[in-house]
Amino acid sequence: MSHRNGDNSGRRGSGWLTPSRRNILAGIAALPAMSLIPRTSFAEAPATSVVNTTGLAVTDTEVTVGILHSVTGTMAISETGSVEAEKLAIAQINEQGGVLGRKIKFIQEDGASDWPTFAEKAKKLLVNDKCASVMGCWTSASRKAVLPVFEQYNGMLYYPTFYEGLEQSKNVIYTGQEATQQIIAGLDWVTKEKGAKTFYLLGSDYIWPRTSNKIARKHIENHLKTKVVGEEYFPLGSTQFNSVINKIKLTKPDVIYAIIVGGSNVAFYKQLKAAGIDLSKQTLLTISVTEDEIDGIGGENIAGAYACMKYFQSLDNPNNKAFVAAFKKMWGEKTVIGDVTQAAYLGPWLWKLTAEKAGSFDIDKIAAASPGVEFKGAPEGYVRIHENHHLWSKTRVGRARPDGQYDLIYETKDLVEPDPFPKGYQ
Amino acid sequence: MIKTPRFLKRGDLMAMVALAVLLVVILPMTLDVFRLNLVAKYLTYAFVAIGLVLCWGMGGILSLGQGVFFGLGGYCMAMFLKLEASSVANTKIQSTPGIPDFMDWNQITQLPLFWQPFHSLTFALIAVVVVPTAFALLVGTAMFKRRVGGVYFAIITQALAAILTILIVGQQGYTGGINGITDLRTLKGWDIRSDHAKLILYFVEVACLFACIVVAILIRNSKLGRILVAMREKEDRVRFSGYNVANFKIFAFCAAAAFASIGGALFTLEVGFMSPSFVGIVPSIEMVIYTAVGGRLSIFGAVYGTLLVNFAKTSLSESFPQLWLFGLGALFIAVVLAFPNGLAGIWRDYVQVHLVRLIFRRRPPPGAVPGWTDDSVADAAAAE
Repeated sequence: MSHRNGDNSGRRGSGWLTPSRRNILAGIAALPAMSLIPRTSFAEAPATSVVNTTGLAVTDTEVTVGILHSVTGTMAISETGSVEAEKLAIAQINEQGGVLGRKIKFIQEDGASDWPTFAEKAKKLLVNDKCASVMGCWTSASRKAVLPVFEQYNGMLYYPTFYEGLEQSKNVIYTGQEATQQIIAGLDWVTKEKGAKTFYLLGSDYIWPRTSNKIARKHIENHLKTKVVGEEYFPLGSTQFNSVINKIKLTKPDVIYAIIVGGSNVAFYKQLKAAGIDLSKQTLLTISVTEDEIDGIGGENIAGAYACMKYFQSLDNPNNKAFVAAFKKMWGEKTVIGDVTQAAYLGPWLWKLTAEKAGSFDIDKIAAASPGVEFKGAPEGYVRIHENHHLWSKTRVGRARPDGQYDLIYETKDLVEPDPFPKGYQ
Repeated sequence: MIKTPRFLKRGDLMAMVALAVLLVVILPMTLDVFRLNLVAKYLTYAFVAIGLVLCWGMGGILSLGQGVFFGLGGYCMAMFLKLEASSVANTKIQSTPGIPDFMDWNQITQLPLFWQPFHSLTFALIAVVVVPTAFALLVGTAMFKRRVGGVYFAIITQALAAILTILIVGQQGYTGGINGITDLRTLKGWDIRSDHAKLILYFVEVACLFACIVVAILIRNSKLGRILVAMREKEDRVRFSGYNVANFKIFAFCAAAAFASIGGALFTLEVGFMSPSFVGIVPSIEMVIYTAVGGRLSIFGAVYGTLLVNFAKTSLSESFPQLWLFGLGALFIAVVLAFPNGLAGIWRDYVQVHLVRLIFRRRPPPGAVPGWTDDSVADAAAAE
């Protein structure tokens, strides 16, 4: 072999870097790396023509996916964790031999906290780059902006955030909780454990808090047969909560149910503390404050509050310990991991498992194969995809510690079924 | 120098031909449908920029709230499209079929009264022009009749942008809130999302753009335009000459609003949704930046400025997702510091001079060049 190549280069004179020579060199260079990869992954790698019949960006050695989050603008602080988690998952999958024998290559685009930009970039990832799947979006608004794009160009989106439900698409896998998964078990718990009879509902003024509070109200009034004593909304970014805090002091609800998002949280919890409401005595249940937000609020301002999520960084199981260690190794010791970050980590893994189940990267086959796909290595524990493209997962209640972490207080015994169009709650 | 009034001056005509070649021939031939649709999106902002040339460049009225008019036009169009997309068959999953999905999520069970007329396309198209213009008339009359101008006016327009955003976000049952009005599909049964439709919409938009450019040039070259410029330079003198300054200002502001609104309506058609993020302060200021980069005195410069800034925005953000905003910021600072007259100024001071010298080396033009006004030279110029 080497002899023949020698002949070639001799004949061509300056043929040192002929394509064939370059390929062989690359091949030789890759030999040591190959021994690290389980042999089976190469042996099983099916032909590109078989796994990709619709012209996605799949070669014999690589498959391209997109990452579409805001890394600039107001949402960057929230979405950065998701980007980091997705990159970690992709790196880990590649270490294990990739998907269907192909390494994952990612193209990252910035949504810039701007919904039309999200739509533009989503279109670019699907039309220009032919991404086999896209991990991305955070806010409902950005998802609503890209959804028609994914449906029109038949892409696959893995969406990580807990959200308001009322949506289901062939082209989206929702790896976060829809509203009922996050709300009902938490309200049941607080009623049973704390004997709560009266609730005060608060929220930022947009679709997710409003829909969530609507579900909470229906559950409180129709199922728990207790009372909502107040419900109020604040514009996004609002920092004045004194008047509502006064009303809370007057009505003395058993539970403050808070769905305030983003920077408003900082003002809200500080003003609550300044007004003398002690969260070790007053029960406050939130579904919007993860470890990421506490970073901004300050642990001492929110210690004692309860949060209803599906994941806390402090979860004590082997999957999570390995995940937290790997995450900190890659992104630094100081990073914290919130609920959404973990859900974002599930995206690439679920896509890999689905592609292997389907034996194909084709979007239609991925969509059809998704229901029933299970991921046993999830940091939150076992998860499975439902027919409606949401995840079966547990609901957990945690209590905030002054150091910014949550102590796990309660978790549902079984996985909670996702129900994006809940009957009797609309 | 006495000039013979003509319909369009030679410089304008040349600039127009150059722009037409770029938009109708070069871009559609070299770009795929996806990129062409991006250009279409950029061009919708060019409408706003042209309006700002009239209002700010010529009239000296700086409006930092053009997003309001862009948004109003866009929302008028979006309301019509949304109603068409919310047929009973499409929305049977909702508690109340036949109304837009976001109303259903907000427990609204009946189409609000002010949405009703938007079932009609004719009404929607008329509203696109009339609603923002009427609003501009209202604001303009209230301000200019009281001789509020300059910085105060800019601040008030900015406040208007903030108010409208808060109103839209707060009344989400009626407006779609922060998500905006999304998932628009068809225009009278014609699917606006297909590649074919995008191509047609692009050419329709270019036609509208040229119509607006012609109107803007006519205004600039008319006596009205002269008065606007005079007003910018020395308002009191114009007033003492017997002109009602306020009315001219109101006119310029309304014209800019109408242009912005047409841009907004086309934006909705091109992009397929409308949201409050185009109404607020930030997009309004961005629109002023497009005009500044293009050269605020030049109608064609505004178009090129819009295209350049948006191209830079897209390509920088694709190549450097984490750093692109710094690059963009640097671009703005560089332009404003080094070239206060924008692209049009660069063309006029550095390119045009040489070009003219090259063409007329032997035979100095018979008064042609001096005969051009600064503005039209700049315009002709920016055109390559």
